[in-house]
This record gives sequence, structure tokens and C-alpha cells, in this order.
Amino acid sequence: MSCNMYSVALAGNPNVGKSTIFNSLTGMHQHTGNWSGKTVDMAKGTFTYKDSVFEIIDLPGTYSLFYSSKEEQIARDLICFNEYDCMVIVADAVCLERNLNLVLQILEFSGNSLLCINLMDEAAKKGIEIDLAKLSDILGITVIGTSARNKEGLDELKKNLLFLCENNSVNRSGTDISEKKKKLDGLSTDIAADTILEKSSRIYNECVTLIHNDYDHTDRKLDRLFTSKITGYPIMLLMLLGIFWITIVGANYPSALLSEMFDSLKVPLTDLFVRLGVSDTVKGIFIDGIYTTLTWVVSVMLPPMAIFFPLFSLLEDSGYLPRVAFNLDKYFKKACAHGKQSITMCMGFGCNACGVTGCRIIDSPRERLIAIITNTFVPCNGRFPGLIALITIFFAGAGTETGSTFKAALILCLLILFGISITLAVSKILSKTILKGIPSSFVLELPPYRKPQFIQVIIRSILDRTVFVLGRAVVVAAPAGAVIWLTANVYIDGTSILNICTDFLDPFASLIGLDGVILTAFILGWPANEIVIPIIIMTYMATGTLTDYSSLAELKFLFIDNGWTITTALCTMLFSIVHFPCATTCLTVYKETKSIKWTCAAFIIPTLAGILVCFTANIVLSIAL
Amino acid sequence: MNGKSMTLNQLSVGQKAKISALNSTGNLRRRMLDLGITQGTTVEVLHKSPSGDPTAYSVRGTVIALRNEDAEKIIMTAVM
Repeated sequence: MSCNMYSVALAGNPNVGKSTIFNSLTGMHQHTGNWSGKTVDMAKGTFTYKDSVFEIIDLPGTYSLFYSSKEEQIARDLICFNEYDCMVIVADAVCLERNLNLVLQILEFSGNSLLCINLMDEAAKKGIEIDLAKLSDILGITVIGTSARNKEGLDELKKNLLFLCENNSVNRSGTDISEKKKKLDGLSTDIAADTILEKSSRIYNECVTLIHNDYDHTDRKLDRLFTSKITGYPIMLLMLLGIFWITIVGANYPSALLSEMFDSLKVPLTDLFVRLGVSDTVKGIFIDGIYTTLTWVVSVMLPPMAIFFPLFSLLEDSGYLPRVAFNLDKYFKKACAHGKQSITMCMGFGCNACGVTGCRIIDSPRERLIAIITNTFVPCNGRFPGLIALITIFFAGAGTETGSTFKAALILCLLILFGISITLAVSKILSKTILKGIPSSFVLELPPYRKPQFIQVIIRSILDRTVFVLGRAVVVAAPAGAVIWLTANVYIDGTSILNICTDFLDPFASLIGLDGVILTAFILGWPANEIVIPIIIMTYMATGTLTDYSSLAELKFLFIDNGWTITTALCTMLFSIVHFPCATTCLTVYKETKSIKWTCAAFIIPTLAGILVCFTANIVLSIAL
Repeated sequence: MNGKSMTLNQLSVGQKAKISALNSTGNLRRRMLDLGITQGTTVEVLHKSPSGDPTAYSVRGTVIALRNEDAEKIIMTAVM
């Protein structure tokens, strides 16, 4: 009996730590966060225990077997109709009563199950005592207490999983689908719902003892702070400002160090190419094309990305984001959109493609489409380091003193707020035109706050980000660098291909405050936004001015030499926020909507908005200045 | 106020009451049932968002936020 294969499904309410259990069992690194619906896609992984291989599926969280959103339907179908050797139902020890509702529903269908009460540490902290043995007696299944974040109880879980899988007495082919469907219909009536809820309550009262009746005292106090009339909005703004400020300050030093290092490597590298006797073209492609783009992405883009991401992950872990949705819902309702859109926007800060996938947490199809189309108005991780660079060069002044870094963070915040207003405006316009409708209902769970695991989150996300950015730099930025160098150095009738392109776009670009080079860079940067600024730099350098830049201050001269004004800088920043989503995001929009029409809409609408915004800004500034 | 029935959105912060009827329909009703918002459930009003809407309620050990127009469909009795 060596090398058995067993399949295991992880099911449970949203936000009970399924992904954390999944990660600790498989050693994988699925992203986790403290809000309902963080896992919208199913993840699969394997682990080996005592010569048996377990394949685990991490299901999206669901409140019941009667879905109202897309991801809940996926979970339900798997729970009811799919085959697996064992089902692990994960429940939150802190909100056990509500969780038992789903547990009882699942037990109607799945014979071979195990209940895993997670977050036992949080419950202990709050003085919630759970009698696991009694619970196991009443439910008739094995019950295990875990605290997956601290890796407690996992061995016990594995041991019992193996036992259940080896002694699986449930005949999987016994009941057919139509029979299960009938059973499901029976459970969906009001009376059945009441019965199950009543049973949950009874079981809860029998098995759970509250040592302090006001166990959620701290949570309520934090809620009053984060959502009150006086402090709610200021704290939100301060958080945004604080995160950006730390990002800017923290990125300064590694950025300078990295660009110095790359600069000093450039001379020996060029020497090497000369000594190897390669042609100027090859040297140009590698040094001026690939090397320049790569080193820019790594030295200027990577540090802010690697700092912002963990900060943001901490916020995700704490449970603050649902409070943002709670605070902002009224404005989204006014725009005929959904409050949860603000959570998907927050995810957009990390990556717009993730934000678009995250829109599945919005049940109403109309409001989900609005959130998908407008997600690009939040500058993603690949865009705001470029924004920071431009802000530093043109508005805040380069330097590490607190004054200028704070100013830079403030300007970035204003740009984000501008992006949010555009989001609300476009949402409203969409609701009144092609996506007509009234706002649907808003039901949002505000989960208990959890203390984020600082060290783990920080190390994990810095590593993840660095690997991710470096990977993309090699896959996208390096080839793009080569292609752009070639287009800048292959001539047709005495003009380079790149110049033909930029000259062609120039008249239109000047109307919206840009120039042909900038617009070309945005278009060529479609595969990955982080290469937009390197393309601009390379194009300027290839077309005559042989300035070598090694700092942002020198970069300013390069830009000004090429005709940049404050208006150009501002319009470039605005266009960076309001323009078509990157290739990956477009692909994700197609995956999510399964519609070419809506994918095109998600491309065209932000582009039109960007043209309009920059055109207006250009006119206003040319009158004002 | 005792004995008189009112809707959930009419309760003020800190008040507790029992649900006597759920007038919502469709998906919203399903979602409410899933979250344990059903006839006989005790609900406490916790706090309002800075703009006054939505409001957070304590239901069966969890905190659920509802918009006023959705809370209006929940009829309450036995205000405590």
C-alpha cells in the first residue's frame, strides 16, 4: 500500500483561513487577506504524508450552498456534485455560530468530512472556549482545532485526513446528480433554512462558552475609530498618504544604490563587447536597448514595488479593507455602483488584473462590469513608481529630505484621489448609458480585525514581488528594449522607424499635452506599464541627445531638452492613470466577461476618458500658465 | 417603543431587537438567510458609516453591513 493518491477539498465560509491552511499544507504561497472573497479562483496543490499523496483543492469561500455569486456557484458545484475522497470544512472559531450553518448544509451531502476549526488562537485571545469533543459528538464527524498561521494543529489534521481517506466508507457513486439536485432544492426553502439556523444556534450554545461577554470589545472600538463621522475619512487619507510616503522614502536608498551599481557596470560591459569584436548593432541592442531598459525597471521600478506591496498586504491582512468599502459605499451607490468596488480598486493598486478578477465579489453583473471597466483608473504597482519618478523630477524636487518626500507622497495621493473621482464619474456615466440600472443591494461582512503577521508578510511579499518583477523584466522589458532600439536605429529614407511613428503621432499627442514619443511609449508599453518611462528615455537618447543619465536630476535635463514643460509632465501623469489597461488586464477582462464587446469597452472607455482629461488639462494649463 | 414594530433601519445605534418578518425578495433574501438574518434572530445596531449609510449590525456573532433601503425590508419587534 505505498503511494496512495487521495483528493481533498477545502470548503468553508469566506475568510476563515482556508488559503492559509492550504498554504501551510502544500507549502505554496496563495495570497491571503482578511476579507470575504479573497480567493476567487480555485487553487490546487499537493502534499505527501506517510507515503500518501494528497491533492487539495482550495474552494472559494461560500456562505451557503445556494449561490448568488459566480465563485459561490463554483464552490457549490464542487461540494455537491464532484468527487473527492475527503472534504475538510474549515470554520472560524471566532464566528462559529454563523459558520455552523454551512457545516450543517454540507453534511447533508458529504459523508466523508472533517471539521477544522481554524483561528483557535484568535478565539482564545477573545476568551471564546470551544468544546471540540462535544462538537464532534453532536455532528458525528472528526473535529480538529487549528491555528494555521502558527502552524498549530496541522499534524493532527494530516493524521486524521489520512485515516479518513484510508477508511472511506462512503460509496461515492451511490447517489446520482438528479437526486442531489432534488435534495438541494429541498434545503433551499425558508423553513429548511430556519431549521438549519436553529440547529446551528443550539449546537453553538451547547459547545461554546464565552468567558467575557464583550469579547469583541476591541473590534468595536477599532470600528468606531475607523468608521466614525469624525475620524473615518481622515484616517483613510492618512493611511494612503502614509503608505506612499514610506514607499517613497524607503525606495530612495536602494534605488540610488542599484542605479549606481548598474552605471558602474556599463563601462566594463561595453569594453567586453568591444573586445569580443561584435558589431555596433549587436552592442546597441544589448547595451543601449536591453541593458538600459532592464536596469531602469530594476533600479527605479522595483524598489517602490517591493516596498508598497508588503505594506499593502499588511493592510489586507488586518481586515481594514472591508471598512473602506463600508465608508465609501454611499458614494458608489450615488454613482449607481457597488461599495465592494472600492475593495476591487484597492486590489488594483497591486495589479489591475487581480483587481478585475477580484470583481467576482460583486454579485450583480451590471455593477461587476462597471467595476471591471473602471479598475484601470487605479494606478497599479507597475505604474506608480513611474508617477513617483515624474513627481520627484518636476514637482517635489529630488532629494531625500522629509519635505520633498512628503510633498511627493501628497501629490501622488492627489493623483489617486483624482483617479477615484474619474472612477466614480465614469461609473455614473456607464450606469446612465450602456449599463443602465439602479444600484442593487449591499451586504458586506465586516470581519474581526486580525493582527497581521508582520515578519512573514513582509519577507514573503518582498520576495514574491522581486521575483515577479524580475521575471517580467526578463520576459517583457528586455525584448521590448531590443525591439525599441532596433526601431530607433533602422532607417527608412533617412528617418528611423521609431521617428516615423513618433512623428505620425506627434500632432495628435500635442493636442493632449503629450508628444509623439510619450504616446508611442504608452502604446509600446501595452504589454507592461513599467516600461513606458524607459521607452521614453531610450527614444530621446537614441534621437540625438547623447546624455547619459544616472540620476533623476539628470533625467530632468533630458526631458527638458526634449521640450517637456510642467504641462507635459502633468498630462503624462494624468494619462498614465487614465488610459487603456495593460495587455494582461485586457486578457483578464476577456476571461472574466467572456465577451469581446466588453473587453473592447474596457479598452476604449478609459482611453477616451484619458484623451478627454489630458485635452482639458492641456487647454486649461496653457491658458493659466 | 416596546411592542411596536418598526423596520431595522429605524433603530438607533446601541438598540437591540428581534426580527419578526423578512420582506426582502430574491437574491437579497437568500443572502440574508445565508448570513443568519431570519425571523426570530436578535440584531444589534453597532455603528453607522461616516456618511450615515450603510449601517453595521451584529448578527449571530458576526458584523454585517446593510444599506438603509435593504434594512427597511426587515421588520423588527421587541425592541430592547
